[in-house]
Amino acid sequence: MYNLNCDVAIIGGGPAGLAAAVAAKKQGAEKVLIIERDNALGGILQQCIHPGFGLTRFGEELTGPEYYSRFVEDAIKLGVEYILNSMVLEIDEDKSSVICTNSEYGLTCVKAGSIVLAMGCRERTRANIVIPGTRPAGLYTAGSAQRLINRQNIMVGKKVVILGSGDIGMIMARRMTLEGASVVMVVELMDYLAGLTRNRVQCLDDFGIPLKLSHTITRIMGDTRVTGVYVAPVDENKKPILEKEEFVECDTVLFSVGLIPENEITNKAGIEIDRVTNGPRVNQYMQTSVPSIFACGNVVHVNDLVDNVSTESEEAGKYAALYAMGKLPENNGAADMVTGNNVRYLCPQSIMKADSDEKVSVYFRVLAPEFNVKLIARCGDEIIAQKKELRVNPGEMNHIDIPVSSIKGDKITVEVIKEG
Amino acid sequence: MNKEKAVVIGAGAVGCAIARELSKYEIDVVVVDKNEDIGGDASKSNSAIIHTGYDAAPGTLESQLVVAANPMYDELVKSLDVPFKRIGAILPAITEEQFKQLPAIKEKAFKNHVYDVEYKTGAELLEMEPNLNPEVKGGLYIPRESIIDPFILVQALAENAADNGATFMLNAKVTDIKTENGRVKSVVTTKGEIEADYVINSAGLYCDEIAEMVGKADYKVVARKGQFYILDKNTSCKVNNIVLPIPTKITKGKLMCPTIHGNMLVGPTAEDQPSKVDKSTSAEGLASVAADVSNLIPNVNLRDTITQYSGLRANRNPEGLNFDMYDDLKGYVNLSGVRSTGLTLSVAMGKYVVQQMMFHGAELTLKENFISKRKGIIKFSEQSREVQDELIKENPLYGNVICRCETITEAEIVDAINRPVGAKSVDAIKRRVRAGMGRCQGGFCGPKVIEILARELGVSTDEINKNNEGSYMVTGTTR
Repeated sequence: MYNLNCDVAIIGGGPAGLAAAVAAKKQGAEKVLIIERDNALGGILQQCIHPGFGLTRFGEELTGPEYYSRFVEDAIKLGVEYILNSMVLEIDEDKSSVICTNSEYGLTCVKAGSIVLAMGCRERTRANIVIPGTRPAGLYTAGSAQRLINRQNIMVGKKVVILGSGDIGMIMARRMTLEGASVVMVVELMDYLAGLTRNRVQCLDDFGIPLKLSHTITRIMGDTRVTGVYVAPVDENKKPILEKEEFVECDTVLFSVGLIPENEITNKAGIEIDRVTNGPRVNQYMQTSVPSIFACGNVVHVNDLVDNVSTESEEAGKYAALYAMGKLPENNGAADMVTGNNVRYLCPQSIMKADSDEKVSVYFRVLAPEFNVKLIARCGDEIIAQKKELRVNPGEMNHIDIPVSSIKGDKITVEVIKEG
Repeated sequence: MNKEKAVVIGAGAVGCAIARELSKYEIDVVVVDKNEDIGGDASKSNSAIIHTGYDAAPGTLESQLVVAANPMYDELVKSLDVPFKRIGAILPAITEEQFKQLPAIKEKAFKNHVYDVEYKTGAELLEMEPNLNPEVKGGLYIPRESIIDPFILVQALAENAADNGATFMLNAKVTDIKTENGRVKSVVTTKGEIEADYVINSAGLYCDEIAEMVGKADYKVVARKGQFYILDKNTSCKVNNIVLPIPTKITKGKLMCPTIHGNMLVGPTAEDQPSKVDKSTSAEGLASVAADVSNLIPNVNLRDTITQYSGLRANRNPEGLNFDMYDDLKGYVNLSGVRSTGLTLSVAMGKYVVQQMMFHGAELTLKENFISKRKGIIKFSEQSREVQDELIKENPLYGNVICRCETITEAEIVDAINRPVGAKSVDAIKRRVRAGMGRCQGGFCGPKVIEILARELGVSTDEINKNNEGSYMVTGTTR
């Protein structure tokens, strides 16, 4: 077996891994190694050739490749190392060695001072959401179709129905249209948009693509290739109203029905998983329940903006470097984050107490859309942070900054309360 | 003298088992099938169980063959490298009513010569199967009920037959069987006509249509649909045994069992339908699976499903497994009523068919150089680190993991394409190496598999199908 040594090993060279690597290097880690399964760095952004990345971070609209290229440039300048075409099989029982394949070196063991998980996420499928019907060709997750079109220059179909109004779904509606396909409609189960409003405007409205809220696909038809789908409105319990079912002809169905953090390696390593996010539980250092292992990006929780991923991953890289150097702040106990009214999950899931004037950005998603709300964080009876929002929406992540020094108890509750 | 030729119609488990058995003898064997791959119908969508025959109708050919087949698997899976496990089945009685049925079921098992069925108390069953309904009153344990990879069984039989000279003509639909002077003469397919001294109809769902071509269809085949769920390997509620319900008159009922690869399988329904092609699942069917199985395993978590599918059993009307040879049509062998026990009995049927052919005058001499063993595709993920390292050094394609969920490498996919009776479609790859069979259902590996197939087969990606003709995956290039 081929052996490599490093201070910080980063699993995944997408936006999360790249930002973590740069931050680890800046923090002073000597040898930072990215292990990437693809034949190039950049992760899923390689296939995201549309603009819209970097507005928060760089104040300009970049394409996916432009966005990650900035991090790749920094990484190379700083001397971050990487191996490509290397699939991590598992983290060894010592929790500090990563076993991966590599066609050139054979099976490879990367021994590291700390490990950062940055494997990203995968798409939910038609089968996950149990849509009945046949199993013909022409059913793709939106991301697979995006890969085929943008990286392999292969068209997947001509007449398309898209289920799910997630961002990838809407972006693919526009992409398919630009490639000459006809997008018949985007069907969304919920009564609100799953993705960002700007994508609805730029990808659907501008191209006259109808969005059917509170509808679902009830059956998929076709024995060889898809011939069409039945679409029906749903009642208040999300049950299809079958009397109103209508046939929609198409040769392709794209599914944009959610993302799931990809945590096969995490599970195998015995790391504690949050049942709501499906990602590892982390503290503000992005440290998992296994002290030598950190995690960031969509492997922790699914983000809607890559800018957030970069920020969060820089924290992971920074603290993974400090851990490798033996300089991570002492453990003075932690407070658990608790979801209150209209909060689906919180990330990080705990905050380590420290005598510090730092603030921790806690990210969360609401359960239901609401207007004119107050976000409140409480520790015991004391309100330790609060802010107002005009509008909250499950499709758009929120955050609240909590001063670490204000944490006195063992629990911090975050809630979203309607005002007035 | 030219060798005699046997044409087997249908490349399912039974057809491939017959072909393999015939390939032991000095006779040319051609297997024809309308699908693009072997095992493309009932053999691919079933509950993947090797039965004991404990509940067959005693005294029938089906009982005889299933009971004979079960013990054959220990040896067969070793010779042919097929994943197989004797995990055993339990038949728990949840209600008093069901409890009263147990003696009759045991009695029937004895009539079928299945003597190792045993009573278990409710407590014993709960110990064996902690997720079982705690209401269980007691039940039966059937130790030799087993699980298998049904795809690999078919592939192994076919590959071994091919290694011994059998040829496979796929994408070839039989349109006619010609006869002359009370003997079969040839089989006409969409890919040409094949001279034949023997024609064996093992066409499953379509065996009535084939029999019709020679005027021997004194029965009809009714498709009986079975809908299933497959659950993620990580699902929260698993079982260790095949958990069977007390059967009803129509079906063995809806069961839950592990698959040989560690997923959970839940189903099937039993719904007669006029169509032989409609393999759709339905909301009602899947809901009935959920309702029935939760009686046995209350905590079954169907939200952990990674796929649902349905298969069609070839039920015969009038019912029952039939084997026929005819005095007025020499060389013709007709199998009908091969249904849910077909996978199990396939290997016994292979032997039975050849024996019957000899009984009816076929002069078959054993080959001297029959190759009895077949080596499967090496599974990279199941090897030790040392072996994995060696594999990559020998063939760098082992270092390239294509399917993340199941850890399938490019070398395995290339092997699946290039071996005898190799894969030509995306589904054929999936059934040989499991790329796309995991929780992402081909989301990641699908695009790569299309490219590898096109490269290895020397065709454009447009020509790659999911399975049969018309199931094209992509539509040309971008602008």
